[in-house]
Amino acid sequence: MKVRDIAHARAGDKGDISNLSLVAYRIEDYALLERQVTAARVRAHFAGIVRGEVERFLLPGLGAMNFVMHGALGGGVTRSLALDAHGKSLGSAILDIDIDFALD
Amino acid sequence: MKQIRIGAGAGYSGDRIEPAVELAEKGDIDYLIFECLAERTIALAQQARMNDPALGYDPLLEQRMLAVLRTCSEKGIRIVTNMGAANPLAAAAKIRQVAQSLGLHKLKIAAITGDDVLDRLRAGDYLDDTGANVNDLGERLLSANAYLGAQPLVEALAQGADVVVTGRVADPALVLAPLIHEFGWAMDDWERLGQGTLAGHLLECAGQVSGGYFADPGYKDVANLARLGFPIGVVSADGALEITKVAGSGGAVTTATCTEQLLYEIHDPAAYLTPDVVADFSNVSMTQLGPDRVAVRGATGHPNSGMLKVSIGYIDSYVGEGQISYAGPGAVARARLAQEIVAERFRITGVPLDEVRFDLIGLNAIHGEALAASHPEPYEVRLRVAGRTATMAQALRIGNEVEALYTCGPAGGGGATKAARQVVAVRSTLVPAADVCAAIHFEEI
Repeated sequence: MKVRDIAHARAGDKGDISNLSLVAYRIEDYALLERQVTAARVRAHFAGIVRGEVERFLLPGLGAMNFVMHGALGGGVTRSLALDAHGKSLGSAILDIDIDFALD
Repeated sequence: MKQIRIGAGAGYSGDRIEPAVELAEKGDIDYLIFECLAERTIALAQQARMNDPALGYDPLLEQRMLAVLRTCSEKGIRIVTNMGAANPLAAAAKIRQVAQSLGLHKLKIAAITGDDVLDRLRAGDYLDDTGANVNDLGERLLSANAYLGAQPLVEALAQGADVVVTGRVADPALVLAPLIHEFGWAMDDWERLGQGTLAGHLLECAGQVSGGYFADPGYKDVANLARLGFPIGVVSADGALEITKVAGSGGAVTTATCTEQLLYEIHDPAAYLTPDVVADFSNVSMTQLGPDRVAVRGATGHPNSGMLKVSIGYIDSYVGEGQISYAGPGAVARARLAQEIVAERFRITGVPLDEVRFDLIGLNAIHGEALAASHPEPYEVRLRVAGRTATMAQALRIGNEVEALYTCGPAGGGGATKAARQVVAVRSTLVPAADVCAAIHFEEI
C-alpha cells in the first residue's frame, strides 16, 4: 500500500524551503500516517533533492502533518535552474512512499 | 451577528478573470480582493517602471478593472488589491481612467505607498538572509519592499475608499483589513487578528481553496475545473469563518481542499509570521456544513515581532537553456549521449558556467534519478540543459550548443528550442516596523 491510498498532499514554496502537507482522507488513518511517515523517512525519500533538514509538524485535529524541507529548491525559487523551480510536483512524490506494515 | 462576505478574485498575477466577474455578479459579496504579487513580481515591475515611469503596476490591472469595476460600483462592492506592485500611484490613476471610460460618476480610489524602502536600505547598513551587506549588490540592486500590515488599508477604508490599491503588503492583510474596518477589531486583539489572518491565508490563492490545484483522477476528482468558481469567505464579527463559492460554479469546497490550503506555504502552523500578528493555526478545526460550505475555526494569535520582512530584488545572473527531443527505440541512450556531447562541448569551448544542470524530461527532470530509477524507461525523452552565467552573451552559447546537436549530435534529435534570460532573484531582510511610514493618496471622480 502506498501513502497515496490513504492521504493527499500539496507542496508550497518559500525561498529555498519546500513544505509538504500530508492529509489523511479519513481521520481514522491519521495515526497510521503519523507512525509511518516520519521526518526521517521523508528525508530519505527525497535524498536526491533535499540538502538540509526535514521538520515535521503535527495537526491531529485535521488529520494532517506538515513537512518543512530545508534546502529543497535548488538554492531558491527565484534563481533555481530546475524545470519545476517551485517544487510544486514534490507533493506528488511524497504519495509514492510505501506504507510498510512490517514497521508498524 | 454582523457578517461580511469577501470574494477572492485572483490568486496570482496571471489568474483567470471570469471567476472574479462571477463573484461580483453572483457572490453577494461586500469586498472583492485580488492578490497578484509573487516573491519577485515587484522587482520585475520595478524594471518595467524604470523603462516607463507610468508603468510598474500589474499588467492585467486595466483588464481586471474593466471586467469588474462597473458591477462593483453599482453593488457597493469595495475592491482591495496589491496590483499596484512597484507603482501604486500610477495604478490608482489608471483605475480612475478606467472608471471614467466606463462612465462611472463617483469612485474613491486609495493608493497605499511606503512599502518601497530601497532608499533606506541604500543609506543604511543592512545584512540580508545570506549574511551579505545589501549594498554589496551595488548596481544590481533593483527593489526593496517591506511587507506592510493591515493598518494603512484600514485607514483608507475608514476614509471611504471604494478601491484600495497597494504595493507590497502581507497577503492576508488584503482580507484582514476589511474585517478590522467592518468589525472594529483592536490591533491587539490577537485571537481575532489570528482568525482574520486565517481567512486571508485561505482566500489569498483564490481557486486553490475551492478545488483548483487539487484534482487527482481516481483519488480526488473535482468537477468542472474549466469553470472553477473562486472562493468566498463569510466572516462574523467574532471571527467565525465559513468558506464557500457561487452556487453552480465549478470546483469544490471541502474540508480536504481547505486543509491543503491551510498548510500551503506554511512552516510552523503555530507561528505564521505576519506584520500584524503571529498567527497560530495549530488548533484549527473544520466542519463540512453542506455542499461547498466549510466552517473553519480555532485560529488564534500572539503579538507581532515589531519587525517587517523586506523583499530585496536584484539582478542575480543570466541563464541559458536548450532542449531537444529523442523518441523511439534507444531514445534514452541517444539523449544521454547528447548530454555527454554538450557537457564535453562546454569544456572544449570554455563556456564559463557558474552552475549547470542536465535533465531528461520524461525520465528524471522533476524528481531526479533516484525516484525515477524504479520506473520503466519512457518511449520518448527531451534533453534539457540549463546553465548559469555572468553575461547574456555567455548564456546564449548554452542553447546554441544544444541546438547544434541537430547536425553534430546523435541520430534523430528533433524539436530543439533555446532561450536565455536575465535572472532577477530575491533575498530578504528585516527592518523595524516603526521605521516604515505608509501613506495614503486618493484619486476621486
